[in-house]
Amino acid sequence: MSSVVLTSVSVGYEGRPVVRDLDLTVASGEWLSLIGPNGAGKTTILRAIARLVPFQGDIVIGGHPVTGLSSRNLARGIAMLVQEPQMPAGMTVAQYVLLGRSPHLGYLGRESSHDRRVVKDVLRRLALDELAARSLDKLSGGERQRAAIARALAQGAPVLLIDEPTTSLDVGRQQSVLELIDQLRHEQELTVIAAMHELTLAGQYSDRLALLVEGRLVATGTAAQVLTEPTISAHYGAEVRVIDLNGSGTAVVPVRR
Amino acid sequence: MTVGVKPASARRLAGGSPTLLRGLPRLPWIWAAAGCVALLLCCAIGVLAGPVHIGLGTVARALLAPLPWFGTASSIDPGQANILWSLRFPRVVLGVLVGGTLAVAGAAYQGVFRNPLADPYLLGAAAGANLGATLAIAFAPGTSVSGINIVPLAAFVGAGAAVAGAYALGRSVTGLRSATGLILAGVAIATFFNSIQSYVQQTQTSSIRMVYSWILGRLVTAGWDDVLLVLPYVALSVAVIFLHRRLLDALTLGEDEITSLGISTRRIRLIVVVAATLGTAAVVAVGGTIAFVGIIIPHTIRLLVGRSYRVVIPLSVLFGAAFLVLADTAARTIVAPAELPIGVITAFLGAPFFIVVMRSTRGAPL
Repeated sequence: MSSVVLTSVSVGYEGRPVVRDLDLTVASGEWLSLIGPNGAGKTTILRAIARLVPFQGDIVIGGHPVTGLSSRNLARGIAMLVQEPQMPAGMTVAQYVLLGRSPHLGYLGRESSHDRRVVKDVLRRLALDELAARSLDKLSGGERQRAAIARALAQGAPVLLIDEPTTSLDVGRQQSVLELIDQLRHEQELTVIAAMHELTLAGQYSDRLALLVEGRLVATGTAAQVLTEPTISAHYGAEVRVIDLNGSGTAVVPVRR
Repeated sequence: MTVGVKPASARRLAGGSPTLLRGLPRLPWIWAAAGCVALLLCCAIGVLAGPVHIGLGTVARALLAPLPWFGTASSIDPGQANILWSLRFPRVVLGVLVGGTLAVAGAAYQGVFRNPLADPYLLGAAAGANLGATLAIAFAPGTSVSGINIVPLAAFVGAGAAVAGAYALGRSVTGLRSATGLILAGVAIATFFNSIQSYVQQTQTSSIRMVYSWILGRLVTAGWDDVLLVLPYVALSVAVIFLHRRLLDALTLGEDEITSLGISTRRIRLIVVVAATLGTAAVVAVGGTIAFVGIIIPHTIRLLVGRSYRVVIPLSVLFGAAFLVLADTAARTIVAPAELPIGVITAFLGAPFFIVVMRSTRGAPL
C-alpha cells in the first residue's frame, strides 16, 4: 500500500508551463481520476509521478521522494499504463507480460521460476492464459488492453498510473477494462491514479476526481461534488446535463445547444 | 464482453505446473541443430574446396594430428598438411569469425536503433575503415607495425574513430534522447569520411585497384595472425551482445514503457553499440567492408524462426558464419585461380535468397 503526495509540483515543456504549483494527496488504495479539458496537464502529471519528465516541487510515494529512488526501485513502486502501449509485432503475450518483471531483475539477469510463476498467475487472473502463446498483433483491441494491464500488474507495484485506459474502446470494452482495474485494485490494494476523458466513467469508478484546467487544480472531491453542470460548463465550455443515477453514480450527458 | 478476474477457486482448478509458462521464446532445438549442421557443412566445403585435392579423411587426420593421443601426423603428406594448416583452416576460421560477427552486430544495431535497415556500418564503421585502409594503402604500402600489416590496423582505427565521432556528435546535438539523432550523426560522419577517401583515391590513382579490392572485401591474406588479431575483440563483442538478448527484446517497447520498467535505454544503447562496433571494426580490418551479411541473416531468421533476440542472436552467429564461409568458398573457386571480391558473392547469393524468403513469408512482421 502506498500513498502519493504531490507538493507544489510544476512541470514545463520548453519554458511553457503545463502544470502549475499542484498540491494533491492520494491515499493508499484510493482511485483518483484526473479530469479536465484537452491540454489541462493530466498526462503530464502522470509522467511526472513516473519521473518521465523533469519537474519542480516534491513527489513522494509511500514516504519516499521519487527523485531519491533508483530507476529500478521506482519501477518496483510505480507501474504505468500508457495511453497507447506499443505492442511489438511477433511478440507473444507471455513474453510481453514477462517484461513487466524487469524491475525485479539485475541488469543482465534472467527471469527466475518465481517471475514465471507471477506472470502465469497474472495471466490466469486476467483470463489471458489461453492467449499466452498468441502474438500481440493477433489480439483484438480489448485483449491488447488486458495484455497491457497484465504487464503493468506483473511489475507488482503498489501504485498504478493509467493514462486514458478506455481510449478507442467501445462502450462494452470500456466497462470491462474499468471493472477489471477496479476489481484488481480491491484485490491487490492498489493505489490508482488515472487520467480520464470520459466524465461519466471517471465519476462511476473513482473515489475522487481532480479537475485540472490549464495545469491548475480547480476542484477535487467526489463525483457529486465535482461533476456539476456549472463547473463543466465553465471549464469545458460544454452544455451538459448531469443526472443522478439514484445511488449508482452520476451521468454527464452532452446536450445540443 | 465482460472479462473479470478469475476467482481463486477457478485459479486452483486451472492446475498445471506453476512455473511452466507457454509462449516464452525459446531457441528451437531443431533450428539450433540446423545452424550447427549448416556451419559444419560449410566449413567442410570451405576446407575441401581448392586447386589441390585433399580428401575428407586427410582433413580429419590433419585436425587430429596435434592431439597427443593421435599419432597420425606421419601419415599425412607434409605439403597437404601445410596447405590445410597455413591456408585453408585459418581462412575458414576467419570466415566463421567475420560472418558470425557481422550478422550478430547487424542484429544488435537493428535492436538498439529499432530500425530494420540498420547494419553494422550504420554509424560510419565502413566509411572509417575504408578511409583508414585507403590512407595506409596509398601512403604506406607494405608497412608493418610490430610485424602486423598496417592496413588492417589503419582500418580498425578508422572504423573506431568514425563511430566514436558519430557518437560524440549525436550526443552533443541531441543528448542521445533519440536514436534518430545518432543515426543522422553517423550519416554525417560517414559522408565526411567518404569524401576524404574519394579525394585520396582520385589523387593516388596507382593504388586505386588495391583500394577497390579491399573495399569489396576479401579473406585472401587470411592466416592465423589475422585470426589471433580479431579473436579477442570478436569474443568480447559476441559475448556482450549475447548477454543483452533480453534487454534487446525490451527495447521493442515504447520509450516511456521501457523507462517505467526501470530500464535505461541510453545505457543499453551505449554498451551494445560499443560492443558491436568493436567486433565490426575488428572483422572489417581483416575482411574489408563485406556488405549485406548484417542485414539478410538476422532478417531471414526473424522471418523463418522468430523475432525474439533470444532466438535471433544465437542463430545469427551460426548462420552468419556458415553463410560467409560458403560465400568465401564461392569467391575463391568460381573464377579460380583468380578470386572474386567476397562482397560481390554475399550480395549475389544473398539478395535472391532473401527475396525468396520475403515472398514465401508474406504477412510475417518484419
